[in-house]
Amino acid sequence: MKLADTLSLSLHSLASARTRSLLIVLAMALGVGAVVVLTALGEGARRYVVGQFASLGTNLVIVLPGRAETAGGFPGAALGQTPRDLTLGDAQAVGQLPGVRRYAPLNVGTAELSSGGRLREVTVLGSNAELLPIRHMALAQGRFVGSAAQIVLGDAIAQDFFPDGRAIGQRVRLGDRRFRVAGVLTTQGESMGFNTDEIVIIPVDDAQALFNTETLFRILVEARSRSVIEPVKAAITELLKQRHDGEEDVTVITQDAVLETFDRILRALTLGVAGIAAISLAVAGILVMNVMLVAVAQRTAEIGLLKAIGAPAATIRQLFLAEALWLSLAGAALGFLLGHAGSWMIRLAYPVLPAWPPAWASVAGVATALLTGIVASLLPAARAARLDPVRALSGK
Amino acid sequence: MIRLDAITRVFRMGDQEVRALDRISLDIAAGEYVSIMGPSGSGKSTLLNVIGLLDRPDGGHYTLDGIDVTTLSEPEQAQVRRTRIGFVFQSFHLVPRLTAAGNIELPLMLEGMAAAERRERVEATLKAFDLTDRAHHRPAELSGGQRQRVAIARATILHPAVILADEPTGNLDHRIGGEVVALLENLHQRGTTLIVVTHDRELGARARRHIGMRDGAIVADET
Ligand SMILES: Nc1ncnc2c1ncn2[C@@H]1O[C@H](COP(=O)(O)OP(=O)(O)O)[C@@H](O)[C@H]1O
Ligand SMILES: [Mg+2]
Repeated sequence: MKLADTLSLSLHSLASARTRSLLIVLAMALGVGAVVVLTALGEGARRYVVGQFASLGTNLVIVLPGRAETAGGFPGAALGQTPRDLTLGDAQAVGQLPGVRRYAPLNVGTAELSSGGRLREVTVLGSNAELLPIRHMALAQGRFVGSAAQIVLGDAIAQDFFPDGRAIGQRVRLGDRRFRVAGVLTTQGESMGFNTDEIVIIPVDDAQALFNTETLFRILVEARSRSVIEPVKAAITELLKQRHDGEEDVTVITQDAVLETFDRILRALTLGVAGIAAISLAVAGILVMNVMLVAVAQRTAEIGLLKAIGAPAATIRQLFLAEALWLSLAGAALGFLLGHAGSWMIRLAYPVLPAWPPAWASVAGVATALLTGIVASLLPAARAARLDPVRALSGK
Repeated sequence: MIRLDAITRVFRMGDQEVRALDRISLDIAAGEYVSIMGPSGSGKSTLLNVIGLLDRPDGGHYTLDGIDVTTLSEPEQAQVRRTRIGFVFQSFHLVPRLTAAGNIELPLMLEGMAAAERRERVEATLKAFDLTDRAHHRPAELSGGQRQRVAIARATILHPAVILADEPTGNLDHRIGGEVVALLENLHQRGTTLIVVTHDRELGARARRHIGMRDGAIVADET
């Protein structure tokens, strides 16, 4: 018997048991769809988190004063020492290290911004021009080189103070100091609890004068590549230890470590939910087996007849396997569509969640469905092939 | 052509043994027209099933066209059934969801014939059996006589050497039964060996050779 005939004859058999076939296809489709949708959700969550971190900067190394990892605070405290503050000098020295692409010292505070009778309290970042590329911020208008008395406004603040859109070159007051608007940030919205639309950026010297401090809140460092992050981290620790009289009193963190942990957890979670969804496919497999056994019992006489007119056992087996193949193919295809439609609806409902089903999940879902269907029909098909034609014809 | 030598077929039901065929020896030449008669349970169907390779005897030898067919493998036996033997049953055994044409096409499909050639053959066969206007009807929409005509068409579409008919008129009234037997005799006239099991004395008498069975043994063999 030709393969095409086996396939068309088995399809014909399925079509005449329409309700039963549809039920199996549906059960399979729900299983495959669940695998696709749940992995899309997991992948979406993972991408969302990774994206949030990436918006903070890539290959980012952050230096903060004090030892964070010991619960008792700075270890030298017991000896009456206080941790040394980070200074601009520290930041410049870090910037000279090999493997460092750029660095930005950072001061953070709040101050009153006023212009043209308007007054508003804003978050102030004091830094240099490198802050923008490091933090993946961009200017919608103007240019920020970090020269004295320059100020960059967040998008929301610029719109608030200069609704006509002509902010560049305008004079504003921040606290008791005068600034000239050099740029306006593109709108970014909230990322990691920090709304860049509501900040202003000024040169770090101005910030230190404004807040009357000599110290830095952070040093942000961008390593040249992912592979030099760890050496850069070690070099910074060593350099600052030397500059701070042999005391390790700073904390150097890389977001890659945090990111990797999240990445791992969310990947494991995605695999887990995919596995649970795959179990529903196994249930569908049991359903297939059951229905195929019923079909074999119902069609005993037909199987006997096929044998009488010369069908070998192998052909009978192939006919039933082909039926299972059709059912699981249809179930897998429908489930694939359902899963992708479901993921699409999730993306519509939650646009921040990039719930794209990963290719491996679609492939795995479809393959599992096909495999389950075939495996589940092996026993019924073998039973049909083994039937004694004489007894089968007599309906026993 | 058909040579049975001390064929035995024993069925076990619990601790009871039924010798459905008890050391049967029989020679049937190509082109013969044989009727087998006998009381119910005498082993007629079992004999037909053994000849048609549907059933394996428990003892004895069966040679078909000089080949000891009992030693053939399952697929080889299936091929002999497909190409050399045509079965006709009392209860027709049509596949209910296939049309008349679909049922007739089945042996051609099993043989692996190309679709275009199949269509031609089915069309010609439907015509030969006066079923053209019933081609697209399912068995449920056919009369008993039409169903048996479809079954005979299906059994003979690959031009078997032997037709084995097990009470082919058992489910038909006398007149329609006569037509069906005439159809089988028509095939015999063109050289096919015809073996018919029947209860109907009148129909049985039309054969050239009459075999009588009782308790798994041949008790009469007259020409
Ligand atoms: N599959 C079977 N299992 C047990 N006994 C059977 C089976 N087939 C036939 N027999 C027995 O074998 C004997 C012959 O049966 P069968 O060949 O059908 O007779 P007939 O066709 O002449 O009526 C009967 O006694 C019947 O009960
Ligand atoms: Mg019988």
